[in-house]
Amino acid sequence: MDIFIQQVVSGLATGGIYASVALALVMIYQATDVVNFAQGEMAMFATYICWSLLNAGVPYWGAFLATLGIAFAGGVVIERVVIRPVENAPILSIVIVTLGLLVICNSLAGWIWTYVQKPFPSPFPSTPFKVGEIILGAHDLGQIGITLLVLLCIYLFFRFTPLGLAMRAAAQNPLSSRLVGIRVGWMLALGWGLAAVFGAVAGMMVAPILTLEPNLMGGVQIYAFAAATLGGFTSPGGAVLGGFIVGVVENLVGTYVGFIGTELKFTVALAMIIVVLLVRPTGLFGSSLVKRV
Amino acid sequence: MSSRLARNVGILALLVLAGALPFMLSNFRLFQFTQVYIYAIAILGLNMLTGYNGQFSLGHGAFYAVGAYVSAIMMDRWNVPYGWTIPVAGVLCLVVGFLFGLPALRLEGLYLALATFSLALAVPQILKYFEHWTGGSQGIVLTKPGAPFGLPLNPDQWLYLITLAVLVLLFWLGANLLRGRVGRAIVAIRDNHIAAEAMGVNSALYKSLVFGVSAAYTGVAGALSASVIAFVAPDSFNVFLSVTLLIGSVIGGLASISGAIYGALFIQFVPNWAQDISKAAPWAIFGVFLIVFMYVMPFGIAGAIRLLWIRMTRSRVSQEGRSAVPSQAHTTT
Amino acid sequence: MSALLEVQDLEAFYGRTKALHGVSFSMVPGGITTILGANGAGKTTTLRAISRMVRTAGTIRFEGRPLDHRATEDVVQLGIAHAPEGRGTFVHLTVEENLRLGAWGRRDKRGLEGDFERVFGYFPVLRERRRQMAGTLSGGEQQMLAVARALMLRPRLLLLDEPSLGLAPLVVREIFRILRAVNQETGVSILLVEQNAVQALDLADHVFLLETGRVVMQGPSEVLRRDDAIRRAYLGY
Repeated sequence: MDIFIQQVVSGLATGGIYASVALALVMIYQATDVVNFAQGEMAMFATYICWSLLNAGVPYWGAFLATLGIAFAGGVVIERVVIRPVENAPILSIVIVTLGLLVICNSLAGWIWTYVQKPFPSPFPSTPFKVGEIILGAHDLGQIGITLLVLLCIYLFFRFTPLGLAMRAAAQNPLSSRLVGIRVGWMLALGWGLAAVFGAVAGMMVAPILTLEPNLMGGVQIYAFAAATLGGFTSPGGAVLGGFIVGVVENLVGTYVGFIGTELKFTVALAMIIVVLLVRPTGLFGSSLVKRV
Repeated sequence: MSSRLARNVGILALLVLAGALPFMLSNFRLFQFTQVYIYAIAILGLNMLTGYNGQFSLGHGAFYAVGAYVSAIMMDRWNVPYGWTIPVAGVLCLVVGFLFGLPALRLEGLYLALATFSLALAVPQILKYFEHWTGGSQGIVLTKPGAPFGLPLNPDQWLYLITLAVLVLLFWLGANLLRGRVGRAIVAIRDNHIAAEAMGVNSALYKSLVFGVSAAYTGVAGALSASVIAFVAPDSFNVFLSVTLLIGSVIGGLASISGAIYGALFIQFVPNWAQDISKAAPWAIFGVFLIVFMYVMPFGIAGAIRLLWIRMTRSRVSQEGRSAVPSQAHTTT
Repeated sequence: MSALLEVQDLEAFYGRTKALHGVSFSMVPGGITTILGANGAGKTTTLRAISRMVRTAGTIRFEGRPLDHRATEDVVQLGIAHAPEGRGTFVHLTVEENLRLGAWGRRDKRGLEGDFERVFGYFPVLRERRRQMAGTLSGGEQQMLAVARALMLRPRLLLLDEPSLGLAPLVVREIFRILRAVNQETGVSILLVEQNAVQALDLADHVFLLETGRVVMQGPSEVLRRDDAIRRAYLGY
C-alpha cells in the first residue's frame, strides 16, 4: 500500500509535467486548429536559457521567473513573426512550419550549448519527506505544487480577468471578436506566449530528473500528446486531468506489470492513444465538433 | 502545339534524359537519384491519401517499413529473386492498408494524424520485438542484385533503371486513376463527404481503398529501397521517416502528381545543401528552408507552378469571377 | 445637421467578384435607415463594407472621418457596433460574458454596471439568463443578446443584419418595438438590413432598395411604403 501511494505521488509529479505541456498544446489547438509540434523543443530551449542564467550566478527563483518572462516574450514573438505569415495557409503547411521550428530549436540548442548532458538543479531539498511509513520525494511534491500553482493562476486569469475573457472569445469566435473590437491576432500571440510559459515550467521541472540535453522533451511531448488525446484536445481542463492520469498510469504500469521495462513503457503511452482514439476520439472531456452541412 | 501535346513531349524528353543518366553519372549520384525515385513513389502514395482524399497520415513510414522488410525477408530467407518481392510487397501493403483504412474511417483530421503518428512511433519497437523474423536490432543485410542476362550494367545502374521503370509505371497508373472517375470521387469525399455520399459515392469503400492503394505505393517504395540500400534495420524506419515523407508531400504539393517528384528532390538534396551551408547546425538551416518554402509556396512547389501558369495564361481566359488563388478543391497535375 | 454616415460610390469585392457597384447614401444622426432587397442584393455586404470586413473602393465617412484605411477593430472604437448575420453569439460563454465583451471596444469603461442595468431594462429575459451559456438561448433571445451586446458599446451607430431572420412574428415585433425605444431614448442611429419589409418600413424613417449591388430606389419610408412597385415586389400585395 505504501509503495502504491509512493508511486501514485511520483506519477502525479510526472503527470504534472505532461499536464503542462498538454495544456500548452490544447491552448494553441483550440485557438488555431494547429498542433504546435515545436512545443517541447521551445520548452527545452527555455530550460537552457534558465541554465545559462543559473550559470551566470542568478539565484534559482530569480532565474526561474526571468525564464518564464523570456519564454512568454519568445512565444509572442514567434507567433507574430514566424506563424503569422502563414496563418491563412492550409493546416498542413502550418504544421510544416512548426516542424521547421522544432528542428531549428533542437539544432540551435545543440550548437549553442553542445549535446553534452548537463545537470540541472532542483529548488527543492533532496531529503525526502516521511509521512508515516510512506517516503515521498521533496522534488516530486514541489513539482506537483508548482504545477498546481501555475494552473491555478491560469484558471483565475482566464475566468476572471477581461483579457482572459477576450482571449477565450478570440479562440472561440474570431469574427465576432473582431466585431467587438478585440485584436484577434494579438490574442493569438498572447496564447502562444502563455503556452511557452507552461512549456518552460515543465522543462525546468523535468530537467533535474532527466538531465539537460537537446532531446530532453522528446519523450515528454509524446506523453503530452497522449494526455491531450485522453483528456480531449478541445478541453483544457481535460488535457490537464489527462496529464495526471497518464503520469500515474505510466508509473503504476511500470511498477506492477512485470515485463514492462522502460522501453515498453513508451509503447504503453502509444497504446493508450490508439485505444482512446478507437473508443472515444474526442477524449474524456472533449466535445465532438458538430459541423453545419 | 496544344498544351497537352507540349506536356507529353516534355515528359518524354525528361524520361529519355533520365534513362541516359546511368551512363553519365557516378555510382553515388546514381544512388541518390534512385533514392529520389523511391521517395517519389512513396510520396505519391501519401499524396493520394492526404492530398486527394484528405486523410491525414503521419505514419506512412510504417508501410514503407513493411514493404522493405517483406522484400528483405523474402530475399534473405527464401532466396526469392528481387523482382518478385516488389509486387508481393505491394499487394501485401494493399491489404494491410485497406485493413487499416477500416478503423480509420471513424477518425477525422487531428485524430487520424495522432493515430498514425503513434503507429509511426511504435514501428521500430514492433520490428525489434519480432526479432525471429526481422533479425532484431541488427537488421538484415542483403546483397545488391546484379543485372540479368549478362547486361553490361553494374548493380547501381541496374537498380536505377528498374526503379525508374517502376516509377514510370506507377505514376502512369496513378495519373489515370486520379484524373478519372475514381480521382473525382476521392476528391469529392475530401471536400464534402456528405454531399459525395448523397451523389452515390460509397465514401467508406473509397476511403479504405485509397488507404490500401496509398499503402501499396509506399510499400513498393520500401521494397525497392531494401535492395538499393542492401540493408534493413528497425531504426531506419522511425518516426523521422514518416515526418520526412509528409514534409516531401507538403513541400512538393499535396494534391499533385508532379508534386511527388518535387518533394522527393527536396527531401533528398536539401538536407545535403543545409550541411554544406553549416556544418555546425545543419538541421537549423533545413528548418529555415522549410519555413521559407511555406511562406513563399504555401501550396507546395506544384501549387506555385500552377499559380504561375494561371497568371501567365490569364489573358487567354475570360475574367468572369475566377479567383487566382488555388483552393484546396483544385488539384494540380 | 451634418451627416453621421456618408457613403459615396462604394464598391465592394469578394476576391475578384464585385458585389457592390457604386452605392451612395447618407444618414443623419438619430435616424433609422433600412436597406431592403432580395437575397444576394448586397445588403449584408454594405454593412460589412462599413465594418471593413471586405475590400472596398469609394469613400465611407463616419462623423466626417474616413473609414477607408481602418481595421474592423478601429471602426468599433469609433462607435460603430455591428450585430452580424447569424447573430455572432459567443455560444460557449455566458450571457453576462457576451455583454461584457460588447463593451470591450469602449475606451471609457466607467458606468459599466449602469449599462448592464439599461440593457436588462430593455431585455428583461437576459437578466434572468445572465449566467447561462449563450448557446442555450432560443433564437429570439440570442437576437436580443446580439442587440444588447451591441448596445454595451454605447455606439453612435448600430448596424443590424437581418434581426428578424428565423424568428416568430411576435418576437420580431417585440424586438422592433425595443429598437424604436432605444433609438428614441438614447438617440443611437440604426442602419438596418432586412428582408422582412413590412416591419422594417414601419420602423425606419428612410429606406433604400438594393438590387444586385446597386441602389435602385431611395427615399423616406412613408413615400416608398405607398409605392406600387415596392408594394407588389416586397410587400406581397
